[in-house]
Order: sequence, then C-alpha cells, then structure tokens
Amino acid sequence: MTNFWWIIGGVLFALLNTAAGLIWVERRMLALWQDRYGPNRAGPFGLLVVLADTLKLFFKEDWIPPFADKIVFVFAPGVVMLSVLMSFVVMPFGPHIIVADLNIGLLFFLAMSSLGVYSVVLGGWASNNKYALLGAMRGASQMISYEVFMGLALMGVVVLSGSFNLREIVEAQRTMWFIVPQFLGFLIFLVAGVAETHRLPFDIPEAESELVAGFHSEYSGMKFGMFFIGEYLGITLISGMLVTLYFGGWLGPAFLPPVIWFVIKTFCFILLFILFRASMPRPRYDQLMEYGWKVLFPLSILNLLVTAAIKLWLNT
Amino acid sequence: MFSLVRSMWLIFLHMFHKRETYQYPEQKAPLPARWRGRIALTRDPDGGERCVGCYLCAAACPVDCISLQSTEDESGRRYPEFFRINFSRCIFCGFCEEACPTYAIQLLPDFEMAEYSRQQLVYEKEDLLINSEGKYPGYNYYKVAGMAIQGKDKGDAKNEEPPVDVKSLLP
Repeated sequence: MTNFWWIIGGVLFALLNTAAGLIWVERRMLALWQDRYGPNRAGPFGLLVVLADTLKLFFKEDWIPPFADKIVFVFAPGVVMLSVLMSFVVMPFGPHIIVADLNIGLLFFLAMSSLGVYSVVLGGWASNNKYALLGAMRGASQMISYEVFMGLALMGVVVLSGSFNLREIVEAQRTMWFIVPQFLGFLIFLVAGVAETHRLPFDIPEAESELVAGFHSEYSGMKFGMFFIGEYLGITLISGMLVTLYFGGWLGPAFLPPVIWFVIKTFCFILLFILFRASMPRPRYDQLMEYGWKVLFPLSILNLLVTAAIKLWLNT
Repeated sequence: MFSLVRSMWLIFLHMFHKRETYQYPEQKAPLPARWRGRIALTRDPDGGERCVGCYLCAAACPVDCISLQSTEDESGRRYPEFFRINFSRCIFCGFCEEACPTYAIQLLPDFEMAEYSRQQLVYEKEDLLINSEGKYPGYNYYKVAGMAIQGKDKGDAKNEEPPVDVKSLLP
C-alpha cells in the first residue's frame, strides 16, 4: 500500500515539475528556432526563469472582474488541471509504475480529456466577456469535434492489441511498435491531440491575434497559471499517450531503465509540439472544422475499418 | 501538407544557425558613427564654454526639453547662467545640435543613461559640460566671430579685416 502512495506522489511531483519546467523548455526551444538565445540570465542556462515566472504568478493580483460569474469563474481553471491530472492515472510510466491499472484505461483517458472542454467553456462563459465567450465557443466545438475521431483513431490500436488496458497495449508492442501498422492512426491522433490541447497551430480558442487571449482573457494570477499549467500538462499527456499507444511506451533496449525510455520518448514528442508552435500558421476557424470533419473523420473511419478487416482476415 | 513538413524541417535546422542576439551588457552592439545619444556641452580649445546662450537650441527643440538663461561675464562673453536638459523628455532628434551656431551642444554616441527616478534624468550644466572639443576640434567661437570682447576688439578675429570707418572720407 505504501508503494502505491509513493507512485502517486512521484507521478504528481514529476508531472508538476515537468509542467513548470516546460515554461523554460518552450521558451528556450522557440528562441533556438528563431535564432535567439531565450532566457539565459537567471541561474544556470536561465533555468531559474521557471522560479521567477512561478513567483510572479503567485504574487500577481488575483482579480475577479465584477461582471463575472464568481463561483464558475473560480471553478473553471481547476477543472482543466484536475481532468488532465486524472488522465495520468492510467498512464503506464513503467512496467509497474502505474497509478491505476484500469482495464478500460484508454476509455478513461478519453473521458477525462473530454472533461477538459468544460474548463474552456465555463471559463469563457463565466468571464462574461465577448472575446472570452467567442473563444469558449470555438474551443467547445473544436475540442468536441476533434474528440470524435481522436477516439476513432485510437480504436485501431485497440483492434490490434485487443485491449483497452494501456499496460497490455504497451505489452502488445513488444514485437512491433504500433506506429508501423497504425501510421495513419498515429497521424490522426497527433493532429487531434494538438487540437485537444489547443496548442498552436490549433490554438483557435486562444488566438491572441484575434481574441486577446480567448477564453482566459479575464484571468490573472494563479488562476491563469492553472490554465497555463493545464496546457503544459496537456502537452505532456498527449505526448505520453502517443508514446504509450504508438511508440511502445516504456519498451526499449535494456541498457536504460524502462521509465527513462518513456521519459525520453515523451520528451521528443514535447519538442515536436513546440516545433509545431514554431513553424505552423494558425488555420481559419472554418478551415479547422472542414479539415476535421471532411478529411480526418472519414480517414479515421477508413483506418478503423481497414485495420479491423485485416485483423479479421489474418485471424481466419 | 508537404510544405508544412518542409517548413518544420527548415525551422528545426535553425537550431544550428548563428544567433542574432547581442548579449548586451557583456557584448555591445556596434553603434553607427553618427549615433545621436546623450547631449553634451563641449568646450573650446582654451577650456572655456562654447555655449553663448543664444536660445536657438531651446527654440529648435520639438519637445521643449532644453531650458537655459543666458548672462554675460565681465569680459563681455555671453554664457548660460544655467543650462538644463530634461532627458526624460528628450527624443534625441539632434535638432539642437543643428541649430547651435557655436558647435557647443553636441550629441554623443552614448545611450546608457537609465536611472531609477525621473528626477535623475534632469541634467544640469555641470552634468552636461564635458572636457572635450567634441566633433570640431580647434574651433573657438570668439576667435573667429566679429564680436568685440575684452582683450579682442573688432577686426582682431581670425580671417577678419579691420572695420571700415564709414565716417571717414579717405578710401
């Protein structure tokens, strides 16, 4: 039982530190890709910029606008962090490092990441601000429609491994990572994952050049910080899921412990997310919807059908 | 679709490019030779003030940041009693330098004049005066101007002919 608490504590500690550290990683990587240095003054390699940023967020005026719906306004930022952290419950970081080994792990992940949309909608609605509301509306429709084929794309993995249990899905990749048979599924899940975390290029709910800061325009201080950390945790979550489902999770050559393999692979995907941000323009809102429903949705269904057909054909 | 992947790859390659940043306090950016920075009052070769308190700089200043009061010493030279530049207003346009008839006011290539309080940005004459002839070495207004001061009458200046006596009938 004590082992269980150690895992929970360790996972929480690692995740929150990752989310904070990503402030530095993202700023530094974006700078490198734009021929700058990025934060390099505070502490070694500018690492203490994380501390400075966090302290700044803590000491900022925690302001609730008088026209806002106060209870919902306070409640909304908590939802995003909670739902993302809950998704990590089923994530297998190593062969035995998993908080809850649910047999419906993948469904649990989908359910929890869908709950995240509530924070966007409620935050935008409670702000009582037209930009926030517009951002929330965009966020809701984007996340719900990309949720659909995110789930459908994952079903290919489920068909191949025959399980919703994430640990068993990882075990099923001992012979071959699912990126090979499920390349299309991987691409669709990657796009949907970026949209799910509303990161650039799909940061349409925030779209600072159009909507100030979208659904969190009115937030400041640590409430904004929760959205911020929620976003970084979301990146980590989607990267972790990509690794778990398509890149063999903690599997890897034995000279490194499994957890390290998982962390290395996840970190590569986090960098990919930042590279997306550095290189891609934001699509228009209708382009996003069109792309989702007219291209990715049929593709994901096709992927599922073909995968299932081949699986059936091989079995008989 | 391919172009997106290509641009991602190109941007990734930027990681290995040369940085554009100047690491400022340690590494200074090269300033152009005619950089307009801090304003100074220069001196003539004898060490006297060049400023004659003509108010042209104050009149030319578009933001009215220069204020001065001219006065005259016992030898008949004009000089500013006080000369004050409010650098929190100054826009470093250099019009004062252009307006100055005696090359007294000059803009130096120095921009590091940040202060913690606005009041510290108001420079008095003793802050502005420098021990240098600035961009015009060897220039001394009273040596070349036709104005009479103590010890130098009309016609004694450099390249100046003695004044014509208009009341005399002799050629």
